[in-house]
Amino acid sequence: MGQLVQIRDMSFAREQRILFDNLNLDIAQGKITAILGPSGIGKTTLLKLIGGQLTPSSGDILFSGESVCRAKRAQLYQMRRKMGLLFQSGALFPELTVFENVAFPLREHTQLTEPVLQTLVRMKLESVGLRGAEQLMATELSGGMGRRVALARATALDPELMMYDEPFAGQDPISMGVLLKLIRDLNQSLGLTSIVVSHDVTEVLEIADYVYVLADKTIIAQGTADEIKSNQDPRLVQFINGLPNGPVPFHYPASDFLKDLATQ
Amino acid sequence: MINQIQRIGERSVNFVTQLGVAGLMLMSALFSKPNWKFLRLVGRQVHNLGVLSLPIILVAGLFIGMVLGLQGYNVLVSYGAEQSLGTMVALSLLRELGPVVTALLFAGRAGSALTAEVGLMKATEQISSMEMMAVDPFKRIIAPRFWAGVLSMPVLAFMFSLIAIWGGSFVGVDWKGIDSGGFWSVMQASVDVHQDIFYGFIKSTVFAFVIVWVALYNGYYAKPSSAGISEATTRTVVNASLLVLALDFILTILMYG
Amino acid sequence: MTEKKLHLAVGSFVLAGCFALVLLVVQVAGFSFTQDQGSYTLKAKFDNIGGLKVRSPVKLGGVVVGRVEAISLDAKSYTPVVTLRMDQQYGFYPETSSLAILTAGLLGEQFIGLRPGFMDDDIELLGEGDFIDDTKSALVLEDLIGQFLFSIQDNSKE
Repeated sequence: MGQLVQIRDMSFAREQRILFDNLNLDIAQGKITAILGPSGIGKTTLLKLIGGQLTPSSGDILFSGESVCRAKRAQLYQMRRKMGLLFQSGALFPELTVFENVAFPLREHTQLTEPVLQTLVRMKLESVGLRGAEQLMATELSGGMGRRVALARATALDPELMMYDEPFAGQDPISMGVLLKLIRDLNQSLGLTSIVVSHDVTEVLEIADYVYVLADKTIIAQGTADEIKSNQDPRLVQFINGLPNGPVPFHYPASDFLKDLATQ
Repeated sequence: MINQIQRIGERSVNFVTQLGVAGLMLMSALFSKPNWKFLRLVGRQVHNLGVLSLPIILVAGLFIGMVLGLQGYNVLVSYGAEQSLGTMVALSLLRELGPVVTALLFAGRAGSALTAEVGLMKATEQISSMEMMAVDPFKRIIAPRFWAGVLSMPVLAFMFSLIAIWGGSFVGVDWKGIDSGGFWSVMQASVDVHQDIFYGFIKSTVFAFVIVWVALYNGYYAKPSSAGISEATTRTVVNASLLVLALDFILTILMYG
Repeated sequence: MTEKKLHLAVGSFVLAGCFALVLLVVQVAGFSFTQDQGSYTLKAKFDNIGGLKVRSPVKLGGVVVGRVEAISLDAKSYTPVVTLRMDQQYGFYPETSSLAILTAGLLGEQFIGLRPGFMDDDIELLGEGDFIDDTKSALVLEDLIGQFLFSIQDNSKE
């Protein structure tokens, strides 16, 4: 089993703020890899770095052995055909129907005849259970349905790598269950490699083959789901169990409040 | 003092950077291979930018032509030179008002719409998701809009001039009673295809280029928030209008000395 | 909006634009497509061209037979030289023809009036680049008034 994505000594800073410092991370082929971490840690940024939308300040990111960071524009677009990214917002085209949304990447990249294209799009929509909704406008969908349509669109070109950005954020329990099942099923049936970025610990640990936990600009723990659960690192324990106070303080760094009051 | 110099420096560096970014965007938009799919996209944008701007252009043209006819008549009649009304109306429209007023209306109607549309696409991650689907947004979003704008504007300017001249003749000939033969023949004797119509066409093409460029740049690099988009839209209208007026002066110097 | 309707709208838009252009060229600029039958240039020296401009018409009996193409100054004799582009469709003129700079109405535009000369066996026709010798300058209002005052003075002395 090879590594599909390799991140080597990668650092990234945005507007003076360092998000990643010498990060090393491997994504195994054919597995579901979860990247956990509190919000604001730059998990979405990490996916954009892998997709080549952002460039790291140092280090390298390899996608099936090729550098994403040093690729020319044309090469990069070739690589992206093998990647799918599910945006947190879904990012569907609001002026198009569900059908046209899913057909979009196919129309752009292939010269399929209309009947073949229709069959393909319906297949993709069937796999997320929304074939009946193909004539709805993208704006008429609920959040969960929108995310499923976006998933169908992201997998339309049969990518090798699927990246999910916070797929469970703001979902009700039912659609959360649906999405979990979809991610697992797609990974098996299409032979995908998946990266799930999330802070919904319990759900992610259910499906992930391998887990990285990010905090403080770097990886604080990694391993299988069971290893993570049994890890005794206090930072990890706080995050997994959702404790309000611990090594990550409740308060944003500030001077002492009592002192502040006194000096006023 | 030193702070102020520093601020001037910072501003100029920012300005040059922006200019560079805008130039790069334009380059990648211009040098894309056209194919049938691309032409279809351009057609759709010609509809959005050109066809939908037509009503405002025609109505504005008609009124401007009629006002020009009336004001011109009132001045010229006191010199007994009302026969020259046709010349005055036609020349001022073809050389100046046609391209310039059309450009200002176009910046307000189509330019602002472009900025808002592209800005919203950016803010809702549509452009980002397109990139991840290996679709180049410069070629898919920017280029068709750019070419459609450059194509539509001259067409709109011609229609504006035409209907405005008709409006002028309506006031001059049908209302004020200038002899229609005189009105048209004096006009025809002094209007030149190259000097007036072709130069007007050049002007409107240049204006279109600038307006669409400014609009797309502001949209694409707008701050992804509602305030950012509204600010970008305002900036498009203001910057594009000022640039059009300044360029008009330069072009007029170059063309008519 | 269906694809067909959109194409119809865009198609009519483009056609209307072309139509507007043709109408401007024909109706407003008075351009006629049949006119282009070739042309030749003539030159003439005037003492004073007044308000003559490039593109001013050359008229023969009120018909436009050509236009002023260029105006320059002969540096040796300090006289203006006017180059005329004549339409070939009206033919050629004998070398005895004369030119005069005239004014349309009191305040109107100035134009060149062409008066064809007599034809005889030893008279040749003017061709490309030939000079017309017999020219009459523009009337300058100040000179006219001066002459008028002078002649009144002369009359009163007698």
